[in-house]
Amino acid sequence: MFRAIKNIFVPEKIVLSDGKEIKPPMPVTPYIIIGLLVAVYISINITGFSFKTLVDRGSYFFDIIRDMFPPDFGYASKVVSPLIETIKMSILGSIIGSFLAIPFAILSSVNITRSRVVIALVRFVLSITRTLPTLIIALLATYFFGLGTFAGTVAITIFTFGLVVKMLYEKIETVDMGPFEAMEAVGSTRLKAFIGSIMPQIASSYVAICLYSLELNVRYAAILGYVGAGGIGVILNEKIGWRQYDQVGMVLVMLFITVVIIEQVSKYVRERLG
Amino acid sequence: MEYTVKKQLEKEPNLWIKKALTVAFILAIIIWSLQTIRYNGVKENGVTIAKNVISGILHPDMDMLFDFTEGVPALLLETICIALLGSLFGTILAIPFSFLASSNIVPKWVSMITSFIIAAIRTFPAFVYGLMFIRVTGPGAFAGVLTLSVTSIGMVSKLFIESIEDLDTRILESLDAAGCNTFQKIRYGIIPQLFTNFASTAIYRFEICLKDASTLGLVGAGGIGAPLIFAMNAFNWSEVGAILFGLIVLVLIVEVLSTKIRNKLARG
Repeated sequence: MFRAIKNIFVPEKIVLSDGKEIKPPMPVTPYIIIGLLVAVYISINITGFSFKTLVDRGSYFFDIIRDMFPPDFGYASKVVSPLIETIKMSILGSIIGSFLAIPFAILSSVNITRSRVVIALVRFVLSITRTLPTLIIALLATYFFGLGTFAGTVAITIFTFGLVVKMLYEKIETVDMGPFEAMEAVGSTRLKAFIGSIMPQIASSYVAICLYSLELNVRYAAILGYVGAGGIGVILNEKIGWRQYDQVGMVLVMLFITVVIIEQVSKYVRERLG
Repeated sequence: MEYTVKKQLEKEPNLWIKKALTVAFILAIIIWSLQTIRYNGVKENGVTIAKNVISGILHPDMDMLFDFTEGVPALLLETICIALLGSLFGTILAIPFSFLASSNIVPKWVSMITSFIIAAIRTFPAFVYGLMFIRVTGPGAFAGVLTLSVTSIGMVSKLFIESIEDLDTRILESLDAAGCNTFQKIRYGIIPQLFTNFASTAIYRFEICLKDASTLGLVGAGGIGAPLIFAMNAFNWSEVGAILFGLIVLVLIVEVLSTKIRNKLARG
């Protein structure tokens, strides 16, 4: 019994028929599992997680959902204009953010930029923009620009920028450098060589990345209202505050339809590009 | 020589109408969306606030940053715990959903219904779930764990479905031919193919949960979010600086580690 357990952690030597001894490699999986179990145990203690509460009081979760049905369809007409505002915010933020991303993505790709210092610097600044939660950026933006859609657009632009730069430079680093070197060899400048040989290779993935970020942004824009940054989140937050859950339900239904439409359109375009 | 290049160039299809239309379309969208955005200029005290924010971040509240019982480290630990449990339970919950939504495992109509349910789960913003779960558990980290578990389902199952649909079924056929039973087929045919992908998705999700957990505090669902928002609303920038500093360092460390582990997993 003990030997069997010990065998899992420190495997015994295997003696082959010709007398050779083979030591199997140390397994990692059991240690990872034990580490994970300890971490989960600690986390459960810290967060106060208990299955008992979950089973006993789980039904309360559906309280609000029950109140949402049926949604207040009369309210739909009032949702339309903030919803369009949200879509506009996300489109504009996505376009500006992904446009700004191009030069920075070039600056942070190892195969185009020669200076290590520039790469490290740009990537460091980018990690920080990606690390800050979107909601915090939005809150800061409302402090600078006042409540409203402009602050929301700024937050979405910054979020898109961080995301697109990262995904784009990962793409640029995997392109075929042959055409680029060939163009440099026949005497074009680095910029021209980039436009002529690398742009065509990354163009379709760039558009796909932008569409993907637009999908994410419509979802994010819905939350931004929580800090007063305009769009559908403002009425969502207001209705939650007043506990008018049937109207909250209507807002969520319309948001759901919008997100599905945008996802389908973007999926269709990406399939056409790919 | 010169002529060959020229001829090849002439063969290129003329796309300028298509290009012009695309540009016009994008410009039209930009103009359309510009209509709602009202720029009222920077608020009068905006510049002062910007200065305060930057000086606060550069001079974080050191007492709070290194106070291990109630300061930033304790809050970060709570956030990590919420993110760990949230991503773990979310991943476990996502497994049945993703098998039921993969079109190569179940009939088409089942996969369509499941995908619809997943899309519906994804629509609710995280803080709405937070409010719902607070009814169950009362405010605190427990509600945060549950919220993250449910919000993880959408993204995790999306990535799981992709790897399930890429399953190599020939392996299952050969196991069949060798006379394996269903359990053996799952153990030796499916798990080895999916495990690395699933593990890497789970680690990636942990990284995202960590960022999300920092905003859950808004609705009282634990983590570092609540103290951060309170400090921001109180314009206490050195405290904001301390919290953001801790959060940024933590997320950067986790990001680097998770990228390393996932690269290792991908290479096998």
